Amino acid sequence: MSKTKPMFLQTWPWYVSGPAIALIMAALILMGKRFGMSSNLDTLCSLGGAGKFSDHFKGDTKSSNWNLLVVLGSVLGGFIAANLLSPNAAVEVSTNTVESLRQLGFESAGTAYLPTELFGWEALASPKTWGILLIAGFLVGFGTRYAGGCTSGHAISGLSNLQLPSLIAVIGFFIGGLLMVHLFFPLIFAP
Amino acid sequence: MKNSIFILLGGLLGVVLYKSEAASWFRIQEMFRFDSFHMYGIIGSALVLGIILVQWIKRSGTKSLYGESILLPEHKISFARYMYGGILFGLGWALAGACPGPIYILIGAGEWSMAIVLVGALIGAFAHGVWSKKLPY
Repeated sequence: MSKTKPMFLQTWPWYVSGPAIALIMAALILMGKRFGMSSNLDTLCSLGGAGKFSDHFKGDTKSSNWNLLVVLGSVLGGFIAANLLSPNAAVEVSTNTVESLRQLGFESAGTAYLPTELFGWEALASPKTWGILLIAGFLVGFGTRYAGGCTSGHAISGLSNLQLPSLIAVIGFFIGGLLMVHLFFPLIFAP
Repeated sequence: MKNSIFILLGGLLGVVLYKSEAASWFRIQEMFRFDSFHMYGIIGSALVLGIILVQWIKRSGTKSLYGESILLPEHKISFARYMYGGILFGLGWALAGACPGPIYILIGAGEWSMAIVLVGALIGAFAHGVWSKKLPY
């Protein structure tokens, strides 16, 4: 990556990103809301008519409309960041990670934003890819709603509010993540 | 006006998470392999400033911009739902390389396969709602 490129077109450092996330959370709190990116999944289910199947999805969705606006904004933000602010989207992860992933068949490690082996068009020809993406999504949706929050709701908002349950949830996130990467990855992606 | 602020905040979140690569599957891998400080720096610094801001908002009794008192969720103490739900989410987070925010951000970025993950997530949220009475909380 060229050193002459303006900073904001390169990878943003953690000490810019982390405090920015905290300020976005504080702004949402001052708007009378809270920072959580998974409750919108329940709102979308309710809007899709899930109330017919479970009382869990009954109730006032109008009061949750704001979180769908945050979702809309984040889609637009992703569009702007990818198309206007990222001349080179390759993520330069550490060489250790690149090597471990290449051994598992992820040749795109170090050259792309997402692994083409899982998210590229050609990968979608394989039913295994569909299965992996659907199961991964299912675990994210089920897990966050069961735990009542995700990275934003528990790891950032909940811990900022010194909530013990959020600490338990974050420990759970890491147990699950470590199990997936170190135990299940070699089984799922065995070359 | 109020609505456009929510869209703007979502937009900022999208740009920040995409540009700091917190929305990259590879960064999540790197985090769970303990190969870089990057993700820990993001979450850690968000948390340090977050604790300061939230505690200040709570202790000063600051009202929202619309004059309402600010009520932050106090989670009921329990173990099962947070630990089991957390582990299930962690498994999915590491496999998809994205938590719910980045799923939306990446769809905006043109990573269309993330729409499959989103469909999975909606099915998961639906399944949780349907089974919620049978799950330990």
